[in-house]
Amino acid sequence: MAHAAPVLPAGMSLHGSARRRRRESVVRGLFLAASLATILISVFIVAAVLFEAVGFLAQIDLGKLVGIGWFPRRGIFDVATIVLGTLIVTAIAMVIATPIGLASAIYLSEYATPRFRRSVKPILEVLAGIPSVVLGFFALTLLTPALIKPLFADANSFNLAAAGIGVGILSIPLVASVAEDAMRAVPQSLREASYGLGARRITTSLRVVFPAAVSGIVAALILATSRAIGETMVVAVAAGAPQARTINPLDPGGTMTSAMVTLATGSDQVTGNSAAFQSLFFVGLLLFLVTLALNVVGDAFVRRARQRY
Amino acid sequence: MSSIGSSATATAASVRAGLTGARRHDAWGLVFEALLLASLLLSLAILFVLVADVLAKAAPVFADRGAGFLTSPLSSNPAKAGIVQGLVGTAILAAIVAGLAFPFGLATAIYLEEYAADTKLTRFIQVNVRNLAGVPSVVYGLLGLSVFVAFMDTVDGTGSGRNVVAGGITLAVLVLPIVIITSIEALRAVPNAIREAGYGVGASRWEVTRQLVLPSAAPGILTGTVLALSRALGETAPLLLAGAVLGSFSGLSLSSLFTGSYTALPVIVYDWSRKPQDAFRADAAAAIVVLLLITLAANVIAVLLRNRYERAW
Repeated sequence: MAHAAPVLPAGMSLHGSARRRRRESVVRGLFLAASLATILISVFIVAAVLFEAVGFLAQIDLGKLVGIGWFPRRGIFDVATIVLGTLIVTAIAMVIATPIGLASAIYLSEYATPRFRRSVKPILEVLAGIPSVVLGFFALTLLTPALIKPLFADANSFNLAAAGIGVGILSIPLVASVAEDAMRAVPQSLREASYGLGARRITTSLRVVFPAAVSGIVAALILATSRAIGETMVVAVAAGAPQARTINPLDPGGTMTSAMVTLATGSDQVTGNSAAFQSLFFVGLLLFLVTLALNVVGDAFVRRARQRY
Repeated sequence: MSSIGSSATATAASVRAGLTGARRHDAWGLVFEALLLASLLLSLAILFVLVADVLAKAAPVFADRGAGFLTSPLSSNPAKAGIVQGLVGTAILAAIVAGLAFPFGLATAIYLEEYAADTKLTRFIQVNVRNLAGVPSVVYGLLGLSVFVAFMDTVDGTGSGRNVVAGGITLAVLVLPIVIITSIEALRAVPNAIREAGYGVGASRWEVTRQLVLPSAAPGILTGTVLALSRALGETAPLLLAGAVLGSFSGLSLSSLFTGSYTALPVIVYDWSRKPQDAFRADAAAAIVVLLLITLAANVIAVLLRNRYERAW
């Protein structure tokens, strides 16, 4: 017996209520608009920074980009000064953050009991949540007088070394958490195979787990480097302002970021279309490009680490 | 025969030694473990020293002035200077950040996780959000200066546009990627079976999202938002570029959202830390105690929320 085709009562359709469908598309449209706004933010950042940076380069004599130091108000824009300052601070920060962060990651991933992990990780997260201006105060009022000056008598009260250590302390939790994630993602079977061959824990950690997680560990270091380059307030508080070109970490000095803060604040705040004002955006463009490049490379390593297993 | 027997005995002995005596020979392993643990504890020790040092430096200020420190305005006299304008500024900034970053961030996360098909546009938005999260905060300050401050300038017409609203929008944009990323993770942790159950009984996509997915993901989303808020309240550099005022000024920014000078707690910390007088350093330490109480309280709440409601599916 053949079934008769179902007949819908008059006025009813399987499309559901029109109001309900309209609500669906309105909600969807709102969510899409919010997502597109994030692209708009990027466009605004790039456009604003590029526009003023180009204006800066067009306005000044390019010879001014090399000089005795970073004195934007006198028209001397020696970029090498603030790039060197950034390199010094970042290098010191990574010398601090790499061993401490990686050792913490190995311990948390390979040695710690679950209970220990659960109680220690939140504390590391708290360390990561401390505002950087507070670390700057710590570097200026404790690290310099209690650590730097006793070791190096000729250190200035504002110095790049203390700033570098402060930035390093801020970077430890980032290195530790990204590296720990990478090591915990290494399958248990690799560890079991290693133990099965009679390897000890130290051997398993260093020769099996660490190499297997190396992509994620490299990512942790790259992302931390990028963060250290972009870190502003520790340096602005603890290292003074950029001045004559120096490679001595015991001198006061500045990074690209602290140069920007110095330009934007103070009694002689720069405004308008002066070259000093526009140099703010030129430095911002450099900073943006360097950190973007590092983040893209770091992300690629994170993804590679995820795809491995 | 005896030679075979003795070699078997020797083998057995070495196996036994290998199984039972290994710990004795593993001195390096113990040293290594101790070094690892020491590194980890060093971070905790630094945190402890930092907090203890700040508390010690701040104690005289609180002992002398008590709550007066919280209720006095800024001053060029360190014995009178207080942080009330910073507290007001930080509170307004917090309200603006929460009011903007939470709805925009959540909407974007819901779109990317619940609605969007895997198209080129979707991938581009995802990559873009990840990259925005890595942009240094001082660069957001440039965005605030050249876009939001300039916009506020045209809105109010009288002032310079360096008002608390421009600062708040700058901070909201700064933490938006964090809100999006943590919300996406929270949504992703909700198992698909929940969604399928909803569709199975005829719910629409928005109904499934609102009534089934969001309640399950709420703790994670809230945790992420609170963490982002705490990050925003500690940010200094973007506010310095986007026009927060250093030094003292009169009045509260509360009375004049669009025209008044404003400052925030971390900006005051920056200003006072760099002053040469020791008395201002003590004031800075006291302001840090208040700032840490606010941001750490937010952090602790977030971590507790997560640990309390974290659900293994």
